[in-house]
Amino acid sequence: MSAGAAVLARELRLALRSGGGAGLGLAFFLITVLLVPFGVGPEPEKLATVAVGTLWIAALLACLLSLDRLFQADQEDGTLDILALSPLPLETLVALKAAAHWLTTGLPLVAAAPLLGITLNLPAPAFPWLVASLAVGTPGLSFLGAIGAALTIGIRRGGLLLSLLVLPLYIPSLIFGASAATAAAEGRDPGPAILLLAGLTLGIVALAPFVGAAAIRLNLR
Amino acid sequence: MSLWRYANPAEFMRVSGRALPVLWALTAACLAIGLGWGFFVAPDDYQQGATVKILFIHVPAALMAINAWLMMLVASLIWLVRRHHVSALAARAAAPVGATMTVIALVTGAIWGQPMWGTWWAWDPRLTAFFILFVFYLGYIALWEAVDEPDKAADLTSVLCLVGSVFALLSRYAVFFWSQGLHQGPSLSLDRTENVDNAFYWPLLVSIAGFVLLFLSLVLLRTRTEIRARRLRALQEIEARA
Repeated sequence: MSAGAAVLARELRLALRSGGGAGLGLAFFLITVLLVPFGVGPEPEKLATVAVGTLWIAALLACLLSLDRLFQADQEDGTLDILALSPLPLETLVALKAAAHWLTTGLPLVAAAPLLGITLNLPAPAFPWLVASLAVGTPGLSFLGAIGAALTIGIRRGGLLLSLLVLPLYIPSLIFGASAATAAAEGRDPGPAILLLAGLTLGIVALAPFVGAAAIRLNLR
Repeated sequence: MSLWRYANPAEFMRVSGRALPVLWALTAACLAIGLGWGFFVAPDDYQQGATVKILFIHVPAALMAINAWLMMLVASLIWLVRRHHVSALAARAAAPVGATMTVIALVTGAIWGQPMWGTWWAWDPRLTAFFILFVFYLGYIALWEAVDEPDKAADLTSVLCLVGSVFALLSRYAVFFWSQGLHQGPSLSLDRTENVDNAFYWPLLVSIAGFVLLFLSLVLLRTRTEIRARRLRALQEIEARA
């Protein structure tokens, strides 16, 4: 097995077995959506207007949840030093970690979103576009989160700081993602928004590993 | 002789110590003339009445809110490339000043917006972009505070400043995609084709100069404080080892 595949397999195994990652993000997503009707009231029309925004914001927050351990756990037990010294480029490591984060956190959210859309009375034409916008947007969230996680490796209780650093970076993704689904719900063309979102995500996925690797190098110096 | 001479902290302290009194005097003069002219001499607007005069604080503050971030970006780049400590400390010193300018711009806008638009706040693209800028300032300041080691803090905040610059700009264009605005177009432009009336233009220019000088003075003052704090820390470490 190549080094890259070994790292990815290790990340996935850790996320699935050590109780922390995958399940928790999804559970957090469910609970956040469950709370919204108590806040805005149970009327179906009212819920329909906030459904897209609720699902997107809940997805942002759920992505954030497991980010602070992305590099910190490895830094605490010295694994990160060994990985940094290995022939695997640090950029690849960051990309693989972010990809594993998306597979275990983002992808389950994409799968659960239509189900929760039903409970929030999401308009029927918006379903495929909500799923599409989340599928296209959430990889960018994981990769941006990797930058934040790399910046806050050495900080004890960095979770709160991490959310302050990362959530503002999520704003463009949220705007384009929610616009696409809302446009579909209102019978407008969701194309431009989803294309902009796709461009944004591709740019983030291409560039974020370099920023994250730079931050890790600065942290390990 | 090159500009980098002033990157030496001792040289910086010497020059900035001499420049600061002059800068403060110029700041006071420009602000007094600009604001005094604006508030007492310039006429009321034919529609907005006296409320138009908040322009002389709002526009310069908004301008400096953005320029302060640009200055931090340049200073961060200089730190990352040439590793001059004064540059990193100047970026740190500018952040709270920029954040305050952002708040001043938002608050004066709200005070003007209440009688004019009939609302304190609207999710207008310009207002939203400033709100977002403010959050970026907060994150930057918080990261400086959270990292104990000074050089590492300078490194990490510089990276954050670069990423933040890209995303602040992206957010700005994204919010224009997302909502249409209440806010009017630019009040000033260099080629003077779409400017405010001359009666407002000149006092506005003077008060912008005053805000620029105020920003410079505050950043120099705060950078000097940071340098002294850094020296104090070094002395304490030597003392602790002895």
